[in-house]
Amino acid sequence: MNMRISNLFLASLVAFWSPVLAEEPHADHHEHEEAEAFNPSNFIIHHIADAHEIHLWGHTHIPLPVILYSEEHGLDVFMSSAFEGHGETRLAERPSGVTYALSHGHISVHDPSHDHGHDHDHGDHDHTGPHLYDLSITKSIFGMLLMMALMLVLFSGMARSYTKRPGQAPTGLTNAVEPLVLFIRDEVAVPNIGAHKADKFLPFLMTVFFFIFFANLLGLVPFIGGFNVTGTLGITMVMAAMVFAITAFNGNKHYWGHLFWPPGVPLFVMPIIIPIEIVGMFLKPIVLMIRLTANISAGHIIILSFVSLVLIFGQGGEALAAGYGIGIFSTAFMIFMYCLELLVAFLQAFVFTLLAAIYFGEATHEAHH
Amino acid sequence: MDALLTPAFGTVVWSTIAFLVVLFLLRKMAWGPILTALKEREESIATALNEADKARSEMSALQADNERLLQEARAERDGMLREAREMADKLVADAKRKAKEEAAREAESAREAIATERKAAVAELKSEVAKLSVSIAEQLIRAELADAGKQEALVSKLIDESPLK
Repeated sequence: MNMRISNLFLASLVAFWSPVLAEEPHADHHEHEEAEAFNPSNFIIHHIADAHEIHLWGHTHIPLPVILYSEEHGLDVFMSSAFEGHGETRLAERPSGVTYALSHGHISVHDPSHDHGHDHDHGDHDHTGPHLYDLSITKSIFGMLLMMALMLVLFSGMARSYTKRPGQAPTGLTNAVEPLVLFIRDEVAVPNIGAHKADKFLPFLMTVFFFIFFANLLGLVPFIGGFNVTGTLGITMVMAAMVFAITAFNGNKHYWGHLFWPPGVPLFVMPIIIPIEIVGMFLKPIVLMIRLTANISAGHIIILSFVSLVLIFGQGGEALAAGYGIGIFSTAFMIFMYCLELLVAFLQAFVFTLLAAIYFGEATHEAHH
Repeated sequence: MDALLTPAFGTVVWSTIAFLVVLFLLRKMAWGPILTALKEREESIATALNEADKARSEMSALQADNERLLQEARAERDGMLREAREMADKLVADAKRKAKEEAAREAESAREAIATERKAAVAELKSEVAKLSVSIAEQLIRAELADAGKQEALVSKLIDESPLK
């Protein structure tokens, strides 16, 4: 009786996070006898990492398209629901006779002759099979496309509302977004790049800002599978690479001069300074990438850690008092973290855009000291 | 952990394509129009404010002008009023003076006439009295001068008593 109530209580505490909670215990049920041995680090990594389906609750998934290419088997497109089973390694048999194995978000060509045991020691996939190019629309890519579609609809609608009512005060959604647009233009782009040159970089800065901001917010929406778009290294890497490319392409003589022959530096320091400058050139976008990924992932990890705390202490009702205490504590802290994450969602978008604007400004800065 | 720290090939490919497409589309469809619209609106607001400022200064100049005109008109009116009052005063004074002179002249002529009249009257009276005296004297003389002595006494007495000198 008591245990029931406590379980109900804990369940209601974590109901908010039910989509992220539900999976691991169930999966374990099928795999092992010691189903109660809850592994928080696997649990957390599972929800932070990219996946080939959107996991809603229990065994309910939204399948996503899997697109594979290998030189031997050619292009293969199917839905991720083709992967059957609930274990750590799930197999998909294709009509072509190839069997693909999905293990920890990684798809490989399944070799039945191979020992099944190696699936469990993850991180040690032996790539004996043919090299697969995985071009699947994963959860993060789906989230990214979703937010981009939203941006296209939102901002083209906004543009239409401007052309429809020229010179008039904005209304509705436009009114809500316009301060952000003006903020990026007047507080981020213009002070760092200069009023005249800013126009050239504004479309990129706006796109990056709103994409990061929206994707961050998407990651905070519960019940839709816990997107972690901006915590996906591949996506932030592409954005950082674009910042690097734009900086490099727009770098003027002054910028490159400073980079390869810093003025006013004694000759004997040059061998130290020049490599530092060149490393710095690459380091700046790399730091952009890591900062964004790490911040967003860290926020998710902290929230999931508090969920895990409840699960650990609530296991089997062994430590009821602790379960209650931790439940209350965790929920309170999760609420706090959620508020913080809302702030971070904006802040990281702002920081990324601001630093990009500063780099563009450095690259196009005219030499007049 | 591996999955977190290695950028996936597919992710990089898709996000590069998607990002470039979205950047291109948004630049064409959204940022261009939005930024120009914002700029135009800001410019129109700035010009409107400038114009309002100019209109305000013009208005105040106009007001000052009006004030000046009003002041001038008031001064002119005051001047005219003063002039009119002066003229009226002068007219009245003139009239008074003329009337006084007229009256004085009238009085003078009356006085002169009275004096002439009086003189004439006195002269007439004198001649009447003389005539009367002569006739009285004649009668008296006639009555008295029946006796020569008496005549003489009477003459002398009459002459003495005569009021006419």
